[in-house]
Amino acid sequence: MDTQLDLWEVFIQGKSGGNYTHAGSVHAADSNMALQNARDIYTRRNEGSSIWVIPSKYVVASNPEDADMLFDPANEKIYRHPTFYVMPEGAKQI
Amino acid sequence: MMNKQEAIFKYLVRLGDCALIHGHRLSEWCSRGPILEEDLALTNMALDNIGRAQAFLKYAAEVQGNGLSEDDLAYKRDERAFYNNLLTELPIGDFAFTIAKQLLLSVFENIQMQALCKSADATIAGIAAKSHKEVRYHLTHARDWTMRLGKGTLESNTRLQQAFNQLWMYTGELFEMYEEDAILNKQGIAIDLNELKTPYYNTITSILNDSNIKMPVADYMQTGSRKGIHTEYLGHILSEMQYLQRAYPDAKW
Amino acid sequence: MESVIVSSDFQSKIDQDANIEPKDSMPDAYREHLIRQISQHAHSEVIGMQPEGNWITRAPSLRAKQILLAKIQDEGGHGLYLYSAAETLGISRDEMIRQLHSGKAKYSNIFNYPALTWADIGAIGWLVDGAAIVNQVSLQRTSYGPYARAMVRICKEESFHQRQGYEIMTKMMNGTEAQKQMAQDAMNRWWWPSLMMFGPHDSDSPHSGNAFTWKIKRKSNDELRQKFIDKTVQQAEVIGLTIPDPELRWNETKQMYDHGEINWEEFKRVINGNGPCNRQRMEHHMHVHAEGAWVREAAEAYAKQQH
Repeated sequence: MDTQLDLWEVFIQGKSGGNYTHAGSVHAADSNMALQNARDIYTRRNEGSSIWVIPSKYVVASNPEDADMLFDPANEKIYRHPTFYVMPEGAKQI
Repeated sequence: MMNKQEAIFKYLVRLGDCALIHGHRLSEWCSRGPILEEDLALTNMALDNIGRAQAFLKYAAEVQGNGLSEDDLAYKRDERAFYNNLLTELPIGDFAFTIAKQLLLSVFENIQMQALCKSADATIAGIAAKSHKEVRYHLTHARDWTMRLGKGTLESNTRLQQAFNQLWMYTGELFEMYEEDAILNKQGIAIDLNELKTPYYNTITSILNDSNIKMPVADYMQTGSRKGIHTEYLGHILSEMQYLQRAYPDAKW
Repeated sequence: MESVIVSSDFQSKIDQDANIEPKDSMPDAYREHLIRQISQHAHSEVIGMQPEGNWITRAPSLRAKQILLAKIQDEGGHGLYLYSAAETLGISRDEMIRQLHSGKAKYSNIFNYPALTWADIGAIGWLVDGAAIVNQVSLQRTSYGPYARAMVRICKEESFHQRQGYEIMTKMMNGTEAQKQMAQDAMNRWWWPSLMMFGPHDSDSPHSGNAFTWKIKRKSNDELRQKFIDKTVQQAEVIGLTIPDPELRWNETKQMYDHGEINWEEFKRVINGNGPCNRQRMEHHMHVHAEGAWVREAAEAYAKQQH
C-alpha cells in the first residue's frame, strides 16, 4: 500500500556541547533516510552540528490534565535555588 | 599544440561544465520528487553542483583573462565548446535512472575531488576540498537509494537494473584523458584518471552486489565530450538555459 | 455536558492567550477549522513551487539560479513544516494529499496564475511573498502551538524571499527598455491577484467569526490587505513601477491608501476551478504523486527487510 512513509521527530544540536532541541518532523522509511531528510530540511542555514531522529510513535507525552499534579509541587521547593540562601556579609561567591 | 594557459582553461571548463549540466538536470526534479523530503534533497544537490560550477567557471574566466565572467562562460558559449561528460547531460528519466546516474557520478567525483585536493594549483585544490565534502554526501545518498531500490520491490529492482544497463556505456568517458591532461599531469595540476579506474569499478561492483543489481556488461563505451561532441540532449539544455541571455544580449539580470 | 465543560475550559485558556497544544482538549470545530486552514496553507506552499519552478532552468545568471532554487526549496520545507503541524491534529499527510486531489482541500488561488516571463519571478517574490509574509507574521501569534511555531520558523526563513523578488524588479527597472516593459507587465498581471490573496472583504468572509473567537486569526482580511498595500506602494514608486489601479491614492485623513474595488467575479471564478492554471497545477501534482508511488513502496519494502 502506498503511504507517505513513517513520521520521525528531529532534534538538532546547534553547537557542539549544546542541548538537542526539537526542530520538527520528517517522513522517512528508515533511519538513514530520516537522518538525511532531517539534514536536508532542518540544517539548510547552518543550524546544526549534530542530529537525532526518533520514530514519532516512540515519543510519550505527558497528559495536559496532569499538569498541576506533575509540575505544581515543584513551585514550593524554593530551597532548590541558590537565591534561597543568605550569604554572610563580605563572603565571596565561589 | 595547446599552451599551459589553454590547458588549464579547458580543464577548468571541463570541471565547471560537468557540475553545471549535472546541476541543471538535478534542478529539473524541483516539485517532482517521489516525496516532499526527497524533493528538497535533490534540489540541495543541484545547489551544490551549481555552486561548484560557479567556482570553476569563475576561475576559468580569470585564467582566460579577457574580461569575461563565469556567467559569460555558462550562458554565451556554444554547444561545441562545452566539455561536460555525456553522463551528466542525459535526461533525468525516472527516479531509478536519476539514482543510478547519481551513483555513477558521485563515486567518480568522490575519488576525483579527493585526488584534486592535492593539485599543485591552490585554487583547484581549494574548490576540490569544498566539493569533496559535498560529494561524499551525494554518494551516501545515492548508495542508500541504490540499496533501497535494488532490494525493495521487483519493480524497483527492474527499473534500477535497466537504468544501470543503459548508463553503463557512458562510464568509460569519465577516465578519458586528452591533450590538456597530458600537459597538466606533468606539473601536478591535473590527476591521472587511469589511476581512478580500479577503485571506481571496485566500489561500483561492491555497491551493486550489495543491492542485488547485476553488473552491466560493456560492449562499447561512448565518448566525445573531450572534443565537445555531445548527445542531442545538450543543445536543448543550452537553448533553455541560455535563452534570456541570448534573447536580450544588452540586459543585465 | 462533557463537551460544554471542555469548551468553557478551552475558551478561558484562549482568552488568557495561552497556546493550545496537541493533547489539550479542544472543540471539534476548532480542530476542523485548523486542519482546513493549515492543510490549505501547506498545499499552497507545495503548489507554489510549480510556477517558480517553471523558471529554474531558464534563470538568467548562476546567482539568480541558486537564489531561485534555494527559495523554492524553502517553500517545499515550509509545506513540510505545515503538514507536520496539521499532523499533530490527527490527520495524516496521505489523507491531506487525498483531500487536495479530491478537491476537498484548497490551495491559494494565486498559484492558478501563470509565471510567463522572468519578471514574473520578481513579481511573485515581491508581491506574492510580500502578501504572504504580512499574513504569516500575524499568524505567529495564532492560538495553536504547533502552527504558531511553524509560522515563527517560516517567517524567519522567508525574510529573504520578498527581498529577492524586489531585487529582480529593481534590476529590471534599472535595465533596458525591454526589461522595464517586462517588469511593468508582470506588475500589471500580479497586483490584483496579490490583493485577492487576503480573501474576501471582512463583511463577506464566511469563516472568520470563530477564527477570531478562537484566536486562530488575529487580524482581519481587510486590515492585512491594507497593511500590504501601504508598504508596497512606496516600494513600487521608488523603482518607478506604476500600480495598475487608477483609483489608488493616499488618504490624508485615514493615513492610508484608498484603492479601487477588487474583481470578485474573477476571484470566485478562479477559486471554482476556472483560472488559467488550475487544471495544470493539479495534474502536475497528481502525476508526480502517482509516479512516486513505486519509489515509496520500494523504500518501505526495504525498511521491512531490515528488521
